[in-house]
Amino acid sequence: MTNHWIDLKNTDCALIIGANPFENHPVSAKWLMEAKVKRGAKIISVDPRFTRTSSKADLYAPLRAGTDIAFIGGMINYILENELYDHEYVANYTNASFLVHDDYKFEDGLFSGYDPKERKYDFSTWDYKKNEKGEIAKDPTLKNPRTVFQLLKQHYSRYTIDKVCEITGTPKEIYLEVIKTFAQTSQKGKSGTIMYAMGGTQHSCGSQIVRSYAILQLLLGNMGVPGGGVNALRGESNVQGSTDFGLLNNNITGYINTPIAQLEHKDLKAYLESETPKTGFWNNKPKFFVSYLKAMYFDKATKDNEFGYQWFPKRHAKKNYTYIGLFENLAKGELEGMLLFGQNPIVGGPNSNREREALKNLKWMVAVDLWMTETMRFWTEDAGSNPAEVQTEVFVLPAAASFEKQGSIASSGRWIQWRWKAVEPLGQSKADLDIIHLLALELKKLYAQSQKPEDEPIKNLYWNYGNTNECDIDRVAREINGIDLTTGKQVENFLQLADDGSTLCGNWIYSGFYPEAGNLAQRREQDDPSGLGLYPKWTYAWPLNRRILYNRASADPTGKPWHPDKAVIWWDETQKKWVGHDVPDFKAIIGPDDPAFVNPFIMQTDGKGWLFAPQGKLKDGPFPEHYEPWESPVQNLLSSVQNNPIIKVWRPEEQSDVQNYPYVAITYRVSEHWQAGAMTRNLPWQVELVPEMFVEIGEELAQELGVKSGDEVIVENKRGAIKVKAYVTKRMKPLMVNGIKRHQVGLPWHFGFQGLVTGETANKLTPYLGDANTMIPEYKGFLVNVRRAK
Amino acid sequence: MAITRRDFLKLSALSTAVLMTAELGLDSSKAYAQAQKYRIKTAKKTPTLCPFCSAGCGMLAYTDTKTGELLYVVGDPDHPVNRGGACSKGASIYQIRNIAPGNPNPKRLTKPLYRAPGSREFKEVTWDWAIAEIAKRIKETRDKTFIKSEEGIPVMRTDQIACLGGAALDNEETYLLQKLMRGLGVVYIEHQARL
Repeated sequence: MTNHWIDLKNTDCALIIGANPFENHPVSAKWLMEAKVKRGAKIISVDPRFTRTSSKADLYAPLRAGTDIAFIGGMINYILENELYDHEYVANYTNASFLVHDDYKFEDGLFSGYDPKERKYDFSTWDYKKNEKGEIAKDPTLKNPRTVFQLLKQHYSRYTIDKVCEITGTPKEIYLEVIKTFAQTSQKGKSGTIMYAMGGTQHSCGSQIVRSYAILQLLLGNMGVPGGGVNALRGESNVQGSTDFGLLNNNITGYINTPIAQLEHKDLKAYLESETPKTGFWNNKPKFFVSYLKAMYFDKATKDNEFGYQWFPKRHAKKNYTYIGLFENLAKGELEGMLLFGQNPIVGGPNSNREREALKNLKWMVAVDLWMTETMRFWTEDAGSNPAEVQTEVFVLPAAASFEKQGSIASSGRWIQWRWKAVEPLGQSKADLDIIHLLALELKKLYAQSQKPEDEPIKNLYWNYGNTNECDIDRVAREINGIDLTTGKQVENFLQLADDGSTLCGNWIYSGFYPEAGNLAQRREQDDPSGLGLYPKWTYAWPLNRRILYNRASADPTGKPWHPDKAVIWWDETQKKWVGHDVPDFKAIIGPDDPAFVNPFIMQTDGKGWLFAPQGKLKDGPFPEHYEPWESPVQNLLSSVQNNPIIKVWRPEEQSDVQNYPYVAITYRVSEHWQAGAMTRNLPWQVELVPEMFVEIGEELAQELGVKSGDEVIVENKRGAIKVKAYVTKRMKPLMVNGIKRHQVGLPWHFGFQGLVTGETANKLTPYLGDANTMIPEYKGFLVNVRRAK
Repeated sequence: MAITRRDFLKLSALSTAVLMTAELGLDSSKAYAQAQKYRIKTAKKTPTLCPFCSAGCGMLAYTDTKTGELLYVVGDPDHPVNRGGACSKGASIYQIRNIAPGNPNPKRLTKPLYRAPGSREFKEVTWDWAIAEIAKRIKETRDKTFIKSEEGIPVMRTDQIACLGGAALDNEETYLLQKLMRGLGVVYIEHQARL
């Protein structure tokens, strides 16, 4: 989240799209209701289904799964054409005035630079136009037809109200009301928030869907203000932390790219050269990366050996190491071993039947969890396997519960919060920390005598957390914060990190949470001096305890808040610095004389919010464009390009056709269960609340199928078939999509064959097809058939 | 002094104090004074956080100081985000450990297990054995499949080991996991964030 949970109370309008927070993040209702009661805030719910969130919303707009770019696009077009955007904010704080490269164009669904053979883009025309001095050419009046602003208008001019409603199936009057209501937040003194979750990301165009939200919020002046922002509602208690800490193939900690086996990364110098932008805050990357290497290898990492850079693994440039890529390569027999720390692919999917088959190729599996999961038993008859034919060794290690250990987790609002140990782990279970620690100590022992150069990395790996069975977590926390190696003291924050090997730091964005003063994630102070709900001394928010990101944008180009009701920070002429309610997300001493004074988006090279995203930062376009989901019931009405033109299709033979599989399916969650189900389907109280798997279908479809609630039905497509009970509700209504009635169905994905209660796994139906940029699977908007089981 | 929601919840945790408020009117200071006499003397409260969604709601785990056993888990009235509230999942955290007082949840894994190739079942093993054997497997696979360099560039990786998980791990755990895996040269590192 750019903002945070309590900040929701400050909003005037919440646009909830691709999320069902009153179901899956129930405490959000507390704060949105306060906004409703205390400031008359409006709640808008946009969803294929009428959800628990919709039931409390002021406006509910149905939409066909996968058409979010069209939905938001139509809002952007209406706002531009009717001049409802925040002129001053857009002109000063975005790249609206920048001129674009002469050869950039967009035509019939494709941007300039497309290679149909390789199915990828050359980004060289997706850039700004430079003058003779190499500076970006600009037109502050925004009238030049080649400004970002005019190109944006042109791009979105095709997203008319009529066309969008034909695509999404949203009734026109409702759609117009949504736009007009949310557009009011561009007024000074008003702010709107966009709340989204997996409903926005789990698509082949997911990254561009989120990009759309950012464009909309920049146009309305909603970034950097209380009650504003683009707010991701993350799914697990520490997915924010696990992402921050780089448990992804392409990131190390702090969102820095992992090195690739290519010339640009051949040595530390080349890597830093190619990865470090010349302007913007990321210009400091070398300090963070070298400090990370020092945390990896400590005193074995020196100036003379590139700080151990050549011990660090470089991934192959052409291999796909993402989750789907991993399983596809496993299916080909390319992996021997797998460790799983609290993950359950057999239920989590996608394409669970394929995943089960792929796992059989493993020689060994190590699975760590609190419960016996479906994945741990992938080789059993319950899973659909023949044990005698599965040669995989499976090691199951019992893990301790959250309150049976101590440590910190990061909420969606970036608050790093410490939790303490209440009881000893049950039985012989251990904290994951201790399990990892024991493995590390054992491996180091095994490699201690090796003289082989390839074993240098593990021998030199800095593992200074004690030699007993219990890992010294305080030392881990201190290392994450960072230490000045010349003094032995904790660094104050990442501004003290250096690229000369004098500092180590496990994760630069967390640096500051554990200075010499102590572990700030353990703070529990109740004060909220501003009344905005910032609670500056309750735990610690990264980065630097900033609670509202981009808060420079809450003040106008002279440094005065746009409106007193939405004030966060302001320029103090006497003290010659930025002051206010929150830690400035800005260099505090930059004053009106500095051209950077009006550049609030400090992580971007040009300091502006990007309406146009240059240089292929997103690989499928500098502007979002609507394409249909891979399995769609209709032709793309906006262009002749049916699907995102750069997506990788792993199994084209598995594409389900609309003739045989006419219904659009989504997977979703219920409040009473959590993710792949092990953590709730083993708890009697939760099981009592939701004991069974089902497919949710609307009354009209139920009538067509001759089905009533409780009847068994088959839900099927090219990837699998599941038999479940039908749950007939008023919540799913068919939509008129380009004149034809289309039905949608919904499937909770929490169930599997383990636990107190069991049920069919929805992810047997989901595809091996991911977002063009991130490879997140298209769990929303695939096709199925539903028919009576008898 | 009017009673705040936070105070009410704190008093509620002191069981019979709730009855006191009715008698003494809604004046929390008086109720507190009375409640001291009735406080559960052997309960210790430990602040923790809910392990489910990303709201980061505060929870309090009450344990019996004599036996160390978990008594119950409730919302933390001092936490600014949830102010003592909990959804159904948060309200069930207690059952992750005990389904009733003195009755641990039988579904919890409490011992390391091993399944041999082709076998139909798991057998119980010791931690020492499990850690030693797992480390041997990792080393064997790594050594056999390690790639030192490609086209003159040191790559120092193995493409045959994968590490999945986990979004419910603590920050310190995620940090050490990526550290160990990268120390071994593992590059197939993925988890729920990409799903």
